[in-house]
Amino acid sequence: MINLETPKKFSGLVMQAQQVAAQMFRPISRKYDRAEHAYPKELDMLASLLDGLNAAGGTGGAGATAVRRDTSPDSGENRNGSNMSTVLGAIELCWGDVGLLLSMPRQGLGNSAIASVANEEQLARFKGRWAAMAITEPGCGSDSAAIRTTAVKDGDDYILNGEKIYVTAGDRAELVVVWATLDRNVGRAAIKSFVVEKNTPGFELVRLEHKLGIRASDTAAFVLKDCRVPAKNLLGDPEINVEKGFAGVMQTFDNTRPLVAAMAIGLTRACLEETRKALSAAGIEIDYQHPSLTQSAAAAAYIGMEADYEAARLLTLQAAWMADNRKPNSLQASMAKAKAGRTCVDVALRCVELCGSLGYGEGSLLEKWARDAKILDIFEGTQQIQVLIIARRLLGKTSSELR
Amino acid sequence: MKPAEKMMERGLRLINRVAGSSAIDRLGLRKPMETLLYQGAKNGFRTAGAAARTFAATQKLLRPARLGAARGAELFDLSPTEEQQMLREAVQSFALEQLRPAAQAADAACAAPVELLQQSSELGIALMGVPEELGGAGNERSAMTNVLVAEAMAQGDLGLAVACLAPAAVSTALVLWGSATQQAKYLPAFVGENLPAAALALQEPSVLFDPFKLATKARKQNGGYVLDGAKSLVPRAASAELFIIAAELEGQGPALFLVESSTRGLSIEAEPSMGLRAAATGRVILEGVQLPADALLGGADAGTYADCVQLARLGWCALAVGTAQAALDYLIPYVNERIAFGEPISHRQAVAFNVANIAIELEGMRLLTYRAASRAERGLPFAQNTALARRLCADKGMSIGSDAVQLLGGHGFIKEHPAERWYRDLRAVGLCEGVLLV
Repeated sequence: MINLETPKKFSGLVMQAQQVAAQMFRPISRKYDRAEHAYPKELDMLASLLDGLNAAGGTGGAGATAVRRDTSPDSGENRNGSNMSTVLGAIELCWGDVGLLLSMPRQGLGNSAIASVANEEQLARFKGRWAAMAITEPGCGSDSAAIRTTAVKDGDDYILNGEKIYVTAGDRAELVVVWATLDRNVGRAAIKSFVVEKNTPGFELVRLEHKLGIRASDTAAFVLKDCRVPAKNLLGDPEINVEKGFAGVMQTFDNTRPLVAAMAIGLTRACLEETRKALSAAGIEIDYQHPSLTQSAAAAAYIGMEADYEAARLLTLQAAWMADNRKPNSLQASMAKAKAGRTCVDVALRCVELCGSLGYGEGSLLEKWARDAKILDIFEGTQQIQVLIIARRLLGKTSSELR
Repeated sequence: MKPAEKMMERGLRLINRVAGSSAIDRLGLRKPMETLLYQGAKNGFRTAGAAARTFAATQKLLRPARLGAARGAELFDLSPTEEQQMLREAVQSFALEQLRPAAQAADAACAAPVELLQQSSELGIALMGVPEELGGAGNERSAMTNVLVAEAMAQGDLGLAVACLAPAAVSTALVLWGSATQQAKYLPAFVGENLPAAALALQEPSVLFDPFKLATKARKQNGGYVLDGAKSLVPRAASAELFIIAAELEGQGPALFLVESSTRGLSIEAEPSMGLRAAATGRVILEGVQLPADALLGGADAGTYADCVQLARLGWCALAVGTAQAALDYLIPYVNERIAFGEPISHRQAVAFNVANIAIELEGMRLLTYRAASRAERGLPFAQNTALARRLCADKGMSIGSDAVQLLGGHGFIKEHPAERWYRDLRAVGLCEGVLLV
C-alpha cells in the first residue's frame, strides 16, 4: 500500500541524529570551516556514541557500513531496512554540517565499499576501522575505467604503483580503499579495489587540498611507490572477468549514491529552514493555499525550491527503499543523486540571494552552505555522469554508443 | 458476509465491468442529440443547459453514506495494492488502445466520442468511489487509487481523460460532502448504466484567478440561494446534466452548490482553448440562478472547500504525470530511430541528456503527487504537499511538453505526432483549478 511517510520505527534514530547535528555539529561548524585541516577532535566522542548506537540498534544507525545488501531469505514483505535508516540519518547529520559528517571516524566511503563488496573474513578483519576511498587520479576523474594506478601480483601480495587525489578523510582514516588496474590493456574488467593500510611502506601522503567548501573534511593526495599489499586485501573477485566487467567495484555506487544524495538533501533543508526564518522575520509568510502567483516573488521562489527539495528527497528514499527490498536500483540511485546534487546547489545559491548581504556574509551559515553544496554535485559521480548513466539505461545504449 | 467474500465480490464486480468494456471496441457515430448540442455550442451561441434527466431520490438514507478513511500503513512503501494494480492496468490498456488513437480527431472536433465515454463509464471508475450501500463498489476512501486512475487515463490523452473522469468528480464530491438527501437524489444515476455528464466548476475567467477569492456570488433569498457569475473551462459543459459550482456565499466565504443544468438562468457558451479540446470545455453563465436550500454542498464549510480545491489540484498533478509519461514513452523510440549525421540522434548527449532529465523530473512529479494523495486518503494534512506537487507538476510538466516537441523537431510541430497536443495540454496544469477530484 502506497505510503511515503517516514516510518515511525526510525523516528528515534532521526531524533538522535537531529540532536547530534544541532547540539554538536552546528556549534563547531564555522570553527572548522575557518580552521581547515585541523582535526575536529570533538568528533571522537561522537563516533564512540554512534558505534554504541549501531551496536545497540542492530540495523539502525547512520553509519556508512549499513549499506551492505541483506542476503537473508526474501519473505516478499515490504521492508524498511538499513539503507533507509542510513539515508535518514545522513539527512539529519548533514542538516548540521556536511564536512563534519565526512570527518566522522569509521564512517568513510571506504567503509561503504568494504560493506558492499567485502567477504565475511574481510568484513571481520576491517571491522571498526576508518576507511577512505581513493579512485580519482590527476589524469582521470569521472572516467574511472582509465585509471593508471597498477597492481601487479607478486607471490601473496600485489605491488601498487600510481598517484591518487581527492581522497576524502585520507589523512585521518586508517585504511584507504585504492582502485588499481591489473592490466591497463583490458579496461574496466581489470580494475580491482585494494584495502591499503596507511602505514604501508611506499604509501605516502603528498598534500592536503585547500577547498571551496567542506573544509572541515580533509582531502588528501597520495603516491603509491612499490606499495606492497597482501592479496587477501583485494575486495571481490581477483580474476579478470570481462563478461562481468566493472560490476564488482561499481556495485558500491548503487549503495553510496543515495547516501550522497541524502547529504545534499540535509544541506538543502538547512538552507530552506534558515531562509524561511529570515523571510518570516521580514514579514513574508509562505502560503500553500493561494496560487503562488498571487504571493510575493520571494514566497513563490521559496515554494519552487521546496518542491525541488521534496522531489530530491523522495527520489532518494525511493532508491534506498528499493535497495532494502532488493530491487535493482542503479537508475533510481543515479536519479536521486542527479536531482539532489543540482537542487542543493540551486537552492543554496538562491537562498543566499534571498537573504542578501545577510546570507552572503560570514555571519550566516548560509554563506558556508552555499560553498559546501557544490561538492555534492561533483563527488560520487558528477551531475553529468549521473545523467549519462540514466540516459544510457533509458535509451538502451552502451558506453561506446552514447559517450 | 465474511471480509474475504466481500473483497471477492467487489473484485468480481470490477472485472465484470472491465471485461464488458474491452469487448466493445468499435467506435460508432455520436448520438444525434450530443452532436446537436455540440454544434450549437461551437458556433458561439448560448444554449440552455443539457436536457437533463429528472434527478429524484429513489431510496431513503437516514444519514449520508461515506467511505471510511484508508487504513494507515506503518512502513514506507511504493507498491500499489493488488486491486490498484489491476485497476491501473485496465485503465492503462483502455487509455493506450482506445483513447490514444481517438485523441487527434477528438481534439480537432472539440468533443469526445460518445462511445468512448460510454466505454470509460463501463470501467467502473465512478463506481469505485461510491459506497456499497449506494450501489457502488467502494469500501474505503482512496485518493491514491484515483490518482493512479487519472495518471493511467492521461497516458492515452489528457483531454479525453478529463472528459471521461469529469463525472466521477461530481460523484466523489457527493460521497465526500453530500447530505443524505443529496446523495439519495443524485448518486444512483452515477452507479447506473447511463452515467450522466457532470462537472465540478471552480475556474473563473479572470487574471491571476484564485479559487479562494471567487467572483461568482451566491446570495440567500427566500430560504434558497441565487447565483450570479461565470465559470470557465468547464469540461463537457454543453452536455453536463449536473454541475457543482463554486461561489462566494454572502457573508460566509467560498462554497459549493449543486446546480442542475436545466435550472433557469444557467446558460453555456463554448470556450475552446489551446488544449483540453477533447473535453469540450465551455463557460457556464449564471444569471440569477435560483436554487433550493438543499443545493448547498458541504454546508459552506471552509475546510471542505479547501479540501475540494486541493483534491482537484492533485487531479491535475496526476494528469500531468500521465501525460509526461506518455511523452517520455514516445520520445525514447523516436530518438533511437531518428538518424542524423549517420547515427541515431540519441547518441548525442544534447538529446540523450534531455530525455534523462525528463525522466528524472517526471519521477519527482510522480512521487510528490503520490505522497500528497496518500496523506489525503488517510486523513493527514495535505495542503502543503499538494502545493509542492502542483508547483513541480506545473513547471516540469510544461517544460516536458516543450521538450517533447523540441526533440521531435519539425515532426513535433505537426499534428501527425501527438507531441504538439501534449505541449498544449500540459500548459493547462499550472493554471487550471477544479475539474477532477482524487
